[in-house]
Amino acid sequence: MFNTILIANRGEIACRVIRTARQLGIKTVAVYSEADQNALHVDMASDAVFIGPPMAAESYLRIDAIMAAIEETGADAVHPGYGFLSENPEFAEQLDAAGITFIGPRPDAMRVMGDKIESKLFAEKAGVPTVPGHAEPVKSAADAKKIAKKIGYPVILKASAGGGGKGMRMVESAAEIEEGLRASTAEAESSFGDGRVFVEKFITNPRHIEIQILADSHGNCVHLGERECSIQRRHQKVIEEAPSPFVDAAMRAEMGAQAVALARAVNYQSAGTVEFIVDAEKNFFFLEMNTRLQVEHPVTELITGLDLVEQMIKVAAGEELEFDQDGVSLSGWAMESRLYAEDPTRGFLPAIGRLVEYREPVTGVFGTSKNVRVDGGVNEGDEITRYYDPMIAKLITNGETRDEAIKHMQRALEEYYVRGVGNNLGFLSAVMAHPRFIEGALTTNFIAEEFGERFIPEETAHEDFGMLAAIAAMMHRREVERDNQITGRAMSGSALSREQFTYGDEWVAIVNGESHPIRIAVADNQKVEIHAGGKNYVIDSGWRPGRSLFTGQVNDEDICMQTERTSTGFKVRHAGYQGEIRIMSSFAAELLNRMPAKKAADTSKQLISPMPGLLVSVEVEVGQDVKSGEALAVVEAMKMENQLFAERDGVVAKIYLEPGDSLDVGQIILELE
Amino acid sequence: MFEIIRQLEERRARARAGGGKKRVDAQHKRGKLSARERIDLLLDPDTFEEWDMFVEHRSTDFGMEENTIPGDGVVTGYGTINGRTVFVYSQDFTVFGGSLSETHAEKICKIMDQAMKVGAPVIGINDSGGARIQEGVSALAGYAEVFARNVMASGVIPQISTIMGPCAGGAVYSPAVTDFTFMVKDTSYMFVTGPDVVKTVTHEEVTQEELGGAMTHTSKSGVADLAFENDVDAIEQLRRFMDFLPSNNQEYSPIRPTDDPADRQEPSLDTLVPDNPNESYDVKELISKIVDEGDFFELQPNFAANMVTGFGRMEGSTVGIIANQPKILAGCLDIDASVKAARFIRFCDCFNIPIVLLVDVPGFLPGTAQEYGGLIRHGAKLLYAFAEATVPKVTLITRKAYGGAYIVMGSKHLRGDVNFAWPSAEIAVMGSKGAVEIIFRADLDDEDKIAEREKDYQTQFANPFRVGARGYIDDVIMPHNTRWRIARSLRMLKNKKMENPWKKHGNIPL
Repeated sequence: MFNTILIANRGEIACRVIRTARQLGIKTVAVYSEADQNALHVDMASDAVFIGPPMAAESYLRIDAIMAAIEETGADAVHPGYGFLSENPEFAEQLDAAGITFIGPRPDAMRVMGDKIESKLFAEKAGVPTVPGHAEPVKSAADAKKIAKKIGYPVILKASAGGGGKGMRMVESAAEIEEGLRASTAEAESSFGDGRVFVEKFITNPRHIEIQILADSHGNCVHLGERECSIQRRHQKVIEEAPSPFVDAAMRAEMGAQAVALARAVNYQSAGTVEFIVDAEKNFFFLEMNTRLQVEHPVTELITGLDLVEQMIKVAAGEELEFDQDGVSLSGWAMESRLYAEDPTRGFLPAIGRLVEYREPVTGVFGTSKNVRVDGGVNEGDEITRYYDPMIAKLITNGETRDEAIKHMQRALEEYYVRGVGNNLGFLSAVMAHPRFIEGALTTNFIAEEFGERFIPEETAHEDFGMLAAIAAMMHRREVERDNQITGRAMSGSALSREQFTYGDEWVAIVNGESHPIRIAVADNQKVEIHAGGKNYVIDSGWRPGRSLFTGQVNDEDICMQTERTSTGFKVRHAGYQGEIRIMSSFAAELLNRMPAKKAADTSKQLISPMPGLLVSVEVEVGQDVKSGEALAVVEAMKMENQLFAERDGVVAKIYLEPGDSLDVGQIILELE
Repeated sequence: MFEIIRQLEERRARARAGGGKKRVDAQHKRGKLSARERIDLLLDPDTFEEWDMFVEHRSTDFGMEENTIPGDGVVTGYGTINGRTVFVYSQDFTVFGGSLSETHAEKICKIMDQAMKVGAPVIGINDSGGARIQEGVSALAGYAEVFARNVMASGVIPQISTIMGPCAGGAVYSPAVTDFTFMVKDTSYMFVTGPDVVKTVTHEEVTQEELGGAMTHTSKSGVADLAFENDVDAIEQLRRFMDFLPSNNQEYSPIRPTDDPADRQEPSLDTLVPDNPNESYDVKELISKIVDEGDFFELQPNFAANMVTGFGRMEGSTVGIIANQPKILAGCLDIDASVKAARFIRFCDCFNIPIVLLVDVPGFLPGTAQEYGGLIRHGAKLLYAFAEATVPKVTLITRKAYGGAYIVMGSKHLRGDVNFAWPSAEIAVMGSKGAVEIIFRADLDDEDKIAEREKDYQTQFANPFRVGARGYIDDVIMPHNTRWRIARSLRMLKNKKMENPWKKHGNIPL
């Protein structure tokens, strides 16, 4: 077994690997860039080596810097995590040459599977079904029609050089082929400078299902069941689960066998994942193989009871798998949500900033919540920078059944308290509460179909606003009781006077600008009965003023709700809904209703940066006429270039910034008149 | 007897009707509440005791004797806010436009005198067209009587003005003298001379809102402390605000019980100050992590934002917090910031509210605008106010404390009681770059040498130990322990008794 493992990664996955290494009694070395000096993975490792500036290309992606760190610390093995160098065969080869063990597959297997076309050919050879179509570029419209006829409509035209949806055209009949090919070629040409296009079968309502495999260097290879990762947004996985609600035992066995066959064909060793696209008829087609540990590996761990990092380390150390396929048993259900630093209200653009408040939900570590696991990589007070992947942490829950896993996930998401950096927690809660998700009717289009391009927590419906109002009323009641204990009162004693009782018990809750009358009866110190929205709620909670998390029973159901005291009310967050609830006397509420609504300032004249980043270019000049929807500027954030468009017609009056300037959220780039 | 009671009810009804339904409706249409609605909202329910409901003006000129309304345009009395007594007057715009007459002023003076006797705060709700022209100089005298009482009450009882309508001409000087001024956006304005006069005299065209609206006074002039969306929000916040204040200068601030442990640790504060000395951070995060429940009532958030002032609580008792804001102008001291902090410190000192200073200040803002504006005189106010204050004073230096700004921002030398520094503190005459350029002027051409000298200077002086060795700070504390260390200091200082030498009053550089 190894003496010291260097983890060539950062964030949650580095912490994850360190945890297992520690349990195995192996020392760990962290590497870190300038931006990660105070990072959690650096704290957790036995040793840490500085490897360069924040940009990944100058630190985490630099093989020479990692090699130097290995030499410096005497590490005898390297775990690459995912991303960065994890699928780089040259890195594995250099380690080989230096006599250091790479905890992952052999370089040749990485190489084969890393190539889009070669991996597909390989899969076909191994008898694994691939999406029907031709990887060869089409020569003419007639050629395209011929292929399409063979594989059947609908088909999709794809740019050979492509990615990110550019140059893709769905074609439903032969009549559309010519036009589709023309458009697709043109788009491919303009996007990639390469007009080659190929034809593939279009899978309607696809699901993304993948098989985890595990192979050792002794020729043993098993699969560990499937994971469904259909909840994606722009090809980025958001929620994963294992098993898949779509896969039955026979299908699992068949998919597993195919995946194992493929792994054997490339002489794979270590943990790996074979990704499939699955159509509504349960036909599955090979997509690609990931020759590394996947982000979503914990869901497999929770249903198999295996530690995949441990298995990878043992395999790399030359040990034989301790079990065969029959020894793998799947039990229960696991679910994973990825916590991203992003702004759902602005089309999920990456967000950066300081984690002013960061509290993870109660997990199994303390024995109280065994069904919750957090794979985190940050501390409160950490800075989320624009240099790396915006994923902050993964929240994993499990249960006997899918419903149970979802229930634990819902609760844990409510507990997860993050402030200072925009994040998708509310969105995740909304997905977990969505009937179609609960039903398991998933496709990779789920988010696009059910949520669209953005998610506004304030505009999200909550199934029980009465309950939110009742909880807010309970909290307000406790505050009033506390206010009545303030010193220096003119009346004696701490008991509430008659008028305060009246004040305390007839209220109005203002939720989403609407008033709901509320009545309160106090049973004892802990228990309050509240009538709100035509229903009765018995709330049993020890909540005290100043706490940011409400926990307790509402009508005997466990409820957790985030609640932030604002100057006027409580900003609450529950099941994806977020909004301010004000509790007032009916007199005050009536007066408030009479107050004129103020118009929000008109900002459509200004082009405001929706995200932090770098101004790449300004597409217009002062005095230029622009039309609504015209591109005005390009902003780069998280390695992505984003175009910003005019919200209305106008003339450019003033440009405040120059290309190369760095931007804050809300910074004005230019103004129209 | 019944007849008298009937008459009483009738008179009361007449007084309560104010200027009549039509005028009250017009008031509502403007988005404003009536004088009585405001009081009812402000005070605990059913606690308002009204005085002088039947007072009518004595004017006989211009037919005024035919035109009297009981109450005479202002509702006065007392009641409680969360059980604590306050006096209140609320001008009624529906009665003679809320204009101030001799009797109107007498009503205000009466409750002010009573408030002084019993030691309770006075809240004035201003909504008045100005002096009642028909009464001429009697009205002016009325204003003067109110002002004189404002001055006498200053430092004895807290005085708060809320502007909920016009407040123009001489009338502005009552709020100006009081301790805090709240305004309502779009419906209130304050100016000495209105837009018409401005246009005639200086040919400037300016709207009422631009000249003296809530946004103007809370961001440009600093005349007011806070601007609110509407009357209801303003009054609700005023109630919250009053819970921080003692009733008079003989009392300590009220204590509001809390569950928040005084020894709560905040590990994230250890990374609040960025490694790069040129990077900023938000001092409000520090404030919200040290006060009880993160509950901080900030004053003048949009005026001189490089200096943060406001109230919080430690172990239930009010503290006044004054902090440099590194996010704005690097937290430097300029004229507005100095005056803002100085006035706030003096309020705290008047009313036995301990002061906590959070220091990260690179110095005073350079430039002709500042020097011509009298930065010396205004900066001195801050120095004066801090040195003069006898309440408990706790200072924490988080990062920079350079030069004169170090002295002014709560230094030990100006009678600071407890002075802490974080390990990131740099207390020096100036930043190392500037210092090296002066000391080693001869080496200026040699970049390498200068860089080396700068590094030298940095290691020698850019830490809290140099001043620690001299006793100018009492301890270097870990950021995550800040709340606990400040709380303990305040406990120790609870019974601090300190008196300045007898004087009629000092001569603060106004």
